[in-house]
Amino acid sequence: MQQIINFIIRYKTSLLYLLLLLISLAFTVDSHSYHRSKFFNSSNRISGSIYNAADGITRYFNLNEENKKLVEENIKLRSLLFNSNSGDTVELDTTKFNFTTISGRIIKNSYASPNNYITINRGTNHGIKQDMGVITAEGILGIIEHTTKNYASVQSILNTKSNINAKIKNTNYFGSLIWDGRSYNQVKLEDIPRLVPLLIGDTIVTGAMSSIFPENIPIGTIKKFDLNESKSFYSIDVELFNDMSNVKNIYIIYNKNRPEILELETKIANDQ
Amino acid sequence: MTSSYYYINIIRFILLVLVQVLVFNRLNFFGFINPMVYILFLYWYPIKENRIVFIFIGFLLGLSIDFFSDTMALHAASTVTIAYLRPTIMRFVFGVNYEFQSFKLSNTTRVQQIAFLTLLIVAHHMIFFTLEIFSLSNLLLILKKVIFTGIATLILCLLFGSLFSAEKE
Repeated sequence: MQQIINFIIRYKTSLLYLLLLLISLAFTVDSHSYHRSKFFNSSNRISGSIYNAADGITRYFNLNEENKKLVEENIKLRSLLFNSNSGDTVELDTTKFNFTTISGRIIKNSYASPNNYITINRGTNHGIKQDMGVITAEGILGIIEHTTKNYASVQSILNTKSNINAKIKNTNYFGSLIWDGRSYNQVKLEDIPRLVPLLIGDTIVTGAMSSIFPENIPIGTIKKFDLNESKSFYSIDVELFNDMSNVKNIYIIYNKNRPEILELETKIANDQ
Repeated sequence: MTSSYYYINIIRFILLVLVQVLVFNRLNFFGFINPMVYILFLYWYPIKENRIVFIFIGFLLGLSIDFFSDTMALHAASTVTIAYLRPTIMRFVFGVNYEFQSFKLSNTTRVQQIAFLTLLIVAHHMIFFTLEIFSLSNLLLILKKVIFTGIATLILCLLFGSLFSAEKE
């Protein structure tokens, strides 16, 4: 007993170091699973409000540019509206809509690390829940990962853990969109079969397989494609429409049918 | 005297965390370089202090950076390691001088100070990026990030170091 105590006293610094190192490694490895621990994210109250205050100072510097972007988006939507063939009335009863959108602002962006998370100024108080889709006027941005009362953290598509269903526009060939952590304006689309005719410049949009995003939200264009090692699937480099280093205004999408879809899927999983 | 020393370190801690989180984490030079100037805290921290306390403070420092930057506990793991290794690195860089009671960082040569800082930065960045990328198949990516971010961190730390010199007495 005496010797054990002597040992502990003699090596107390090393033991403390090992303990703290193990704690931090445990946190890190633990978070490699699907959803991260609740503690370590920038959407908590302290960091959220500090980021919000900093954003309050810097947001005035690019108001002009932001306004221009919003007007451009309005023009696009207007021209879509005027040229739509769905009759001359616009549906006003919002309860019939499958998707609801909530607007928000990015208060902390990140795109340089392999696992990027974005913090936004919307939280459960505004109706945000886990696994809602986040888009911008140009394309998709990510999926809500964790929420607090006033803030939420978004798992960006620039995250090696991200995996989103995507397809080639106007076809039904779908694959999964992943990121290899290399360049912030380029992602990879995998699992498109080799019989699909591809062209450089083809548009990639979100697929119908996910209950998070609606179908046909733009993602990017094909920059380069190769067959993978098994020679039966393509590995496609997709250049993003979004400039991930410069995004401010975002929309959060909620699919009202999602709980029903999930319920059905878990039922099937349980039956098997 | 000692109490003012504590205050200086607390203020330094808070300021470095804020500067790191609000300014340097957003720099993204060439798309990926984010210098980590908060390492300066471990460089400036008084030498003849309790090692246990120092390791603990290093852990807290890393954890507070992690708190803001969605990096789980990566910063904590790397700062606690360099906090633990600091005496070894100092003995390596400053030799026998380090053992004397009167040893002060300001009494050493410029080259020694830079070597000390460089070793701290290299150790920190190696651990940080290896854990962050978490696969050896990306060894080149890890090395690229360590080298470029390390150079940026070193330059900025030296600039900060000469702006706010630690020992003015």
